[in-house]
Amino acid sequence: MNRAISYIKTFALWELLRGLSVTLRNFFRPSVTLEYPEEKTPQSHRFRGLHALRRYPNGEERCIACKLCEAVCPALAITIESDVSDDGTRRTTRYDIDLFKCIYCGFCEEACPVDAIVETRLHEYHMEAPGENIMTKDKLLAVGDRYDAMISADKAADAKYK
Amino acid sequence: MARFMPDWLINFATWCAEIFYSWPDTVQYLLVTLLKIGVLTLGVILCVAYSTYFERKVIGSMQARVGPNRVGWHGLLQPFADVIKLLVKEVIVPSQSSKFLFVIAPLLSLTPALATWAVIPLNDWYVIADINAGLLYVLALTSVGVYGVILAGWATNSKYALLGAMRSAAQIVAYEIAMGFALVGVLMAGGSLNLGDIVEAQSGGFSNWFLLPLFPLFVVYWIAGVAETNRAPFDVAEGESEIVAGFHVEYSGVAFAVFFLAEYANMVLISTLTAIFFLGGWASPFEGWTILNDFSWTAWLTVGGLHWLFIKMCFFMYTFFWLRATFPRYRYDQIMRLGWKVFIPVTIVWIGVEGAMAWFEVGPWAGLSG
Repeated sequence: MNRAISYIKTFALWELLRGLSVTLRNFFRPSVTLEYPEEKTPQSHRFRGLHALRRYPNGEERCIACKLCEAVCPALAITIESDVSDDGTRRTTRYDIDLFKCIYCGFCEEACPVDAIVETRLHEYHMEAPGENIMTKDKLLAVGDRYDAMISADKAADAKYK
Repeated sequence: MARFMPDWLINFATWCAEIFYSWPDTVQYLLVTLLKIGVLTLGVILCVAYSTYFERKVIGSMQARVGPNRVGWHGLLQPFADVIKLLVKEVIVPSQSSKFLFVIAPLLSLTPALATWAVIPLNDWYVIADINAGLLYVLALTSVGVYGVILAGWATNSKYALLGAMRSAAQIVAYEIAMGFALVGVLMAGGSLNLGDIVEAQSGGFSNWFLLPLFPLFVVYWIAGVAETNRAPFDVAEGESEIVAGFHVEYSGVAFAVFFLAEYANMVLISTLTAIFFLGGWASPFEGWTILNDFSWTAWLTVGGLHWLFIKMCFFMYTFFWLRATFPRYRYDQIMRLGWKVFIPVTIVWIGVEGAMAWFEVGPWAGLSG
């Protein structure tokens, strides 16, 4: 009996028709596409994109060259050299992040005791020549200066969860 | 109409007509036929171009995407952008290939796909060659298309291309038989090999279509048609996971574009043929519904013509894409099993049933005995 039913179902293309009905139903559903350059998905304030080095409001660099970020970095993307600066404080002379090695895990940001290194929400950046993948100290500070408002707002939004 | 035309245009038209009618009859016939061929070929190629757009839009909708929408209004110029891209790309001929066959193979698959259109009636008068063995001509030419595939695979001199060509050829040959048997049923019901006569036999509204008495043959013909054109779910000739792109793996630029054109021209052809054999071709399904004639905006529904053939063809093209969006690829031995062990017995049994129907004069054979 079961065999007869399965035969009838096979010749009536029963399962094929059920499959077709699924695609037909989806055909009449609205599409969920976001048309990217014009429309963008909402981002979390914890989004981890391009890195930046921050300054205090008086213009002094936050980074104290403790090298915790270099130590915690699982991809070994950070290279730091330090020296005593003119005013007697400990400062970095070199702070490089290799964007090709970086896995954007955010450990450096979490490890930093002075909130100097952060990951901004910028993710639409590109490189045009070999070597541009290295974010030097100057470039990191420049990103931090330029997007200071965004970084501060994101930090403030995240403060109540810490 | 004439009073809206300026005098010089009327004079020019009369002058052209005078010259045309002064020529001998054979030249007149030749010119008219060439014009018909030109118009039909242009129409088919436009259909092919827009069926690629149609396919991407339909499959996009089924996957909750929007499909192409960047070139032109809602992406309507996308087919032209694709054609221009393919035309300006380089044609690479592999150094170990047989160059003449390599170049000629795409043409061998395109020519039959276009030549078959010669016997297809678009309405009650537009048919290029109204021959009385039209059905045989269609079967013959659709079989010739497999040579292009085999030669492409052979001439490329690559193992993937050869395997793809062998698969494709075996599949086309296997499904050709089921297709031919399904058409025997159409022949029995229509009583003629002329495609125009087959359409005439189905005129008189939806209930006279061969779809109802020949339903199993319709299903077999349609599935065999999908397999003939090497479309999903029977597209083993281009199984990416095992043989890359199959027989056209080494083709690029214009040569690839011609294969692409041939595949889509075959799809349009199979859709049109299915409409002609089972859905009454250009005949209207609402023939004799006098209520529709009462309103001026529905009157066109009851009149047969090119628009009905086009609507039916579009439905089958949609089904091609619907199948592609739904089903995964068949395994190769399953395709062969389906072709030889399911379709051929089903068609033979139904031809027997049809014979009984004709003997007892039911369905389309009612009142035929004399």
